Amino acid sequence: MTAGEPLVNLQGLRKTYNAGLPNAEEVLHGIDLTIQPGEFTALIGPSGSGKSTLLNIIGLLESGSGGSYRLDGRDVTTFNDDERTHARHASLGFIFQFHHLLPAFTALENVMLPGLIGHQRDNRGKSNAQSAVDMRARAAELLDAVGLKEAYAKKPGELSGGMQQRVAIARALVRDPQLVLADEPTGNLDTLTSDNIFELLRRFNRESGTALLIVTHDPRLAARCDRIVELVDGRIATDRANKMGAA
Amino acid sequence: MTALGFELTVALRFLREGRMQTALIIGGAAIGVGVILFITAVLTGVQSDLIRRVTGAQPHVIIKPPDELVAPLLGGGADASRLPSVQARPQRLTTIDGWQAMARMAEATEGVLAVAPVASGSALAIKGDASRSVLVLGTNLERYRRVVRLDDKIKSGVLQLEPGDALIGVELAHDLGAVLGDRFRVQSAQGASALFRIRALLDLGSRDLNRRYVYTDLRAAQSLLGIPGRITSIDLSVRELMSADEVAGRLRAQSGQLIESWIQNNNFIFTAISNQDIMTLLIKVFITIVVALGIASVLVVSVVQKRKEIGILRAVGATRRQMMHVFLLQGAVVGVGGAVLGSGLGMLLVVIFSHVLRNAEGKALFSLQFDYRLIGVVVVSAAVLGLLAAVLPARNAARLDPAQAIRG
Repeated sequence: MTAGEPLVNLQGLRKTYNAGLPNAEEVLHGIDLTIQPGEFTALIGPSGSGKSTLLNIIGLLESGSGGSYRLDGRDVTTFNDDERTHARHASLGFIFQFHHLLPAFTALENVMLPGLIGHQRDNRGKSNAQSAVDMRARAAELLDAVGLKEAYAKKPGELSGGMQQRVAIARALVRDPQLVLADEPTGNLDTLTSDNIFELLRRFNRESGTALLIVTHDPRLAARCDRIVELVDGRIATDRANKMGAA
Repeated sequence: MTALGFELTVALRFLREGRMQTALIIGGAAIGVGVILFITAVLTGVQSDLIRRVTGAQPHVIIKPPDELVAPLLGGGADASRLPSVQARPQRLTTIDGWQAMARMAEATEGVLAVAPVASGSALAIKGDASRSVLVLGTNLERYRRVVRLDDKIKSGVLQLEPGDALIGVELAHDLGAVLGDRFRVQSAQGASALFRIRALLDLGSRDLNRRYVYTDLRAAQSLLGIPGRITSIDLSVRELMSADEVAGRLRAQSGQLIESWIQNNNFIFTAISNQDIMTLLIKVFITIVVALGIASVLVVSVVQKRKEIGILRAVGATRRQMMHVFLLQGAVVGVGGAVLGSGLGMLLVVIFSHVLRNAEGKALFSLQFDYRLIGVVVVSAAVLGLLAAVLPARNAARLDPAQAIRG
């Protein structure tokens, strides 16, 4: 990473759905946002304010309609689908609210999965996918860390919602991403479970320096982040550091 | 998770997850493959049985002297009056001029396996009070057995044609009241006669032939028929039975003789066989299309069902191409699975029906020997077919927008 360069740097980012059609709708009207490495940020705002769209664009799942986006010092604004996929694979991790695991795979396999995806082959035809043995060890280590030592071989259907979300956290971290994007990670969990999940995210943030951007409706959780960005009607309404969060 | 590679691992897992769908579609492909293999085995059996019967004692191609024509009036100019009708000439026993050169030419022709000179004509076989009309066929045994496989047709005795030896059909022997080693007299239409000793009894595949054929030494037949040193036809076998017509065409272009192939002489069988081939090809093509459509439709549904999973895989770093491979591989795996099961099913059908379907002699219509090369071809084709069937669903999977797919 270039010294001093933010991890995420959005300038004047716009997003229009159905551009050119009568039902065209601009959902993001020029977002300027930077995220530093290791930052622990909450993204809040009412429904329909564009939080998920912004998260998807930062996560390279969608591209913006205007403005620029630099990720880790690289201009990713005009990346094509393959380039976005490679960058996503290299730098980002995801945690979703619902149905986030592959039901046909065990917990351990779900965690290993991102590491087994290889994109390039070297000149001897060997894929750059990490070896299954290495990945298994790393995945087991992470599952142990999220407290699921006993659940390696369980399928997602056999796990509770909180346990599933722990598996998802382990999966998001398995390739040591610089930024983890979490969309309502505790949205459908009870208060106690969601506190535990949040603590886990906080711990990984501290221990490995992974930056986190968490979309949440829950003001209690937002209050425990280092920084709170509030989105209203596709614009950043407030962006403030939260001294309480670090405590 | 194994070292199969990401795409294949996910493809196999998806198939395993969709248990019922996968079982149904592999079952469908298996039935298709099984029926195709079964039809092929039955048809090959039926056709080769038919061809074996027809060509049993026949050479594949015969070179004959041209028909004798009424010679045009010499010097008959435009003013010469023409006869209102021309009576066809009676065809004498005609011979091939310079047959040794012709035989060498035929032997060198592409597609020809073996060549034998033949002097043949009608005669009477006489023993005691019994006399039967027969066809004397004089030839060089060493050459002729490569044209017509007499070795397979011996009922008793040995293949041997020294001067004075004869090989006759079992029915003729019965009619003459003769047994192996007996002697009988042959009298030709030209008035000559000679004594022959029966060296072997043959079964030429049909009673009619068994009543009529008397094989003798070439020289003996020539003197019996009054054509010393000459022959009436050159008999050939070809390498590819079904290409007899092409070989005949080549020979026709090189020689001025009359060339007949077994296909021409048995046109109805050849037509029947090729019609059968066309019909079964049609059936096979339609079965193949139905199987392909089945695989495609199951995978199309599977892509819709797995929207979310596809979205998650894309989010964690799988490219469009990799998602495409996952579904192409599912198609190929279903194809191969269907082909392997179908081969078993085909073999089972062949075994069962080999007890039911029998030819006129009561033998099984087709051999139980399965063509394993055919199975190899079928498995590879099924994999390719599965891949092709999966192209459309795989493209759907690749096109899926991950953000939308995850949102549901």
